[in-house]
Amino acid sequence: MTTKKLTCIECPMGCAIEAETEGERVLSVKGNGCPRGRMYAENEVICPRRVVTSTVRAYDGTMVPVKTAQPVKKEEMFAVIEKIAAVHPRLPVRVGDILYRGIADGIDLVAAGNAG
Amino acid sequence: MKTEYHVIIIGGGPAGLAAAVAAYDAGERDILILEREKKTGGILNQCIHNGFGLTRFRESLSGPEYAARYIDEVEKRNIEVWKETTVLSLSADKKVTAISAARGVFTLQARAVVLAMGCRERSRGALNIAGSRPAGIYSAGTAQKYVNMMGYLPGKNVVILGSGDIGLIMARRMTLEGAKVHAVCEIMPYSSGLKRNIAQCLDDFGIPLYLSHTITKIEGKDRVTGVVISEVDAEKRPIAGTERHFDCDTVLFSVGLIPENELTKGAGIALCRGTKGAEVYQNRETLVSGIFACGNVLQVHDLVDFVSEESETAGRAAAEYVRRGAQPRRTVAVKNGKNVTYVLPQRIDKNIGGDVKLFFRVSNTFHNCVIKAECGGKILAKRTKRVAAPGEMETLILKYSDIGGAEEEITVSLEEA
Repeated sequence: MTTKKLTCIECPMGCAIEAETEGERVLSVKGNGCPRGRMYAENEVICPRRVVTSTVRAYDGTMVPVKTAQPVKKEEMFAVIEKIAAVHPRLPVRVGDILYRGIADGIDLVAAGNAG
Repeated sequence: MKTEYHVIIIGGGPAGLAAAVAAYDAGERDILILEREKKTGGILNQCIHNGFGLTRFRESLSGPEYAARYIDEVEKRNIEVWKETTVLSLSADKKVTAISAARGVFTLQARAVVLAMGCRERSRGALNIAGSRPAGIYSAGTAQKYVNMMGYLPGKNVVILGSGDIGLIMARRMTLEGAKVHAVCEIMPYSSGLKRNIAQCLDDFGIPLYLSHTITKIEGKDRVTGVVISEVDAEKRPIAGTERHFDCDTVLFSVGLIPENELTKGAGIALCRGTKGAEVYQNRETLVSGIFACGNVLQVHDLVDFVSEESETAGRAAAEYVRRGAQPRRTVAVKNGKNVTYVLPQRIDKNIGGDVKLFFRVSNTFHNCVIKAECGGKILAKRTKRVAAPGEMETLILKYSDIGGAEEEITVSLEEA
């Protein structure tokens, strides 16, 4: 059994969480202030995921904020960033528009701001 | 050109937008927002990371997404916004003088003014760091603007001074864009940023955080070529022999934010030492009747959600002021006591109904402590905290029923267990 110490990133509270694990199994989660923290800890010890945010350059040069619609595997963050660099949408773009379908295991890249 | 407005809001960032919407929803229709930039939304436009809106919308939004929600609300209500308009001065009788390419220099008369100018970053000049003036030194927010709004990476090898949230966010942002962030130095023994940003911006990428360290020398003539960092003692003096050198081409400063209050001062409104913003009542009215302040121009917030909340209070109060004019007051002062650096609002008007939420910051990191508001030896509100730190704003709620009986000043303090 191993104990992992984590800082929850779900909200600004940043709870200090201790997760006890046995291989791929999470035995207990302590220190979380809410159920989101428990879910975060369970995911974090098995397969940590992060939402990637960046900007893309539209055809006219405007920078458009983008994000992955769901968190992607942490080790895929740089691969996602590389794919984002090749995205050049036409304006106008609205929050939620899909700009790259399935940028990482079935997760879309969407606009995270309005432009044009 | 119309030159008289009921409510003029200076600044179209998150504070100004929320104040405008709240003033409108309180029944006011004659509202004008003056915005310096080409688009409203303020600093949120360059804060493309997520994590905004968890309190307000119960979801994690990017800065531009959060801004878009308020921009939409302002547009839905047809509230007038003049963009690319810089306010030059404000007088105590609420004359607003501004300049824009479209309208030239002009003066407007308002019945109520809401100050929502936000804040700016402390610069290198405020820190007295030795070295010449090479290129490659930016405030973290400027670097953020270059990367996110203009699409330029300002450097490849970076050292960041200060562990404020913008610095931490930029450590991650520049790393993702291909730069190497060698170190984040923090002169204090604790980080001033949110714990989750230490985790997801530094730890995720193996970026070292040097606490109780500062930059003691910036090297390079035309372009930064390196920095020397040193450990500091309890008095924040560099300790000889602890110098460590990093080769780098870029230095980012994330060393604090200062409310942008030149207009406020021009209107004769005195500033509070602790917040560097105006002193206000709980409805966010300053000591000059009919001038209100909200958001980062009033106190530097950690979370935009609280900026919106505070600005709605100010917007509603401005609308009420237009409707009813100045009202008689019954004032009780609120002061910061032991281990607390400021409390806002600084004054409570007992004639204004409702509970009062006190915002304050503590002076150090404390464990297992009690924060409390007292008046004449009576405790009005208290809360125990596992951890309290200067980087995270604290709140206490004073019940309306308790405020009525408060005859002396109210003091907010922190006691260690």
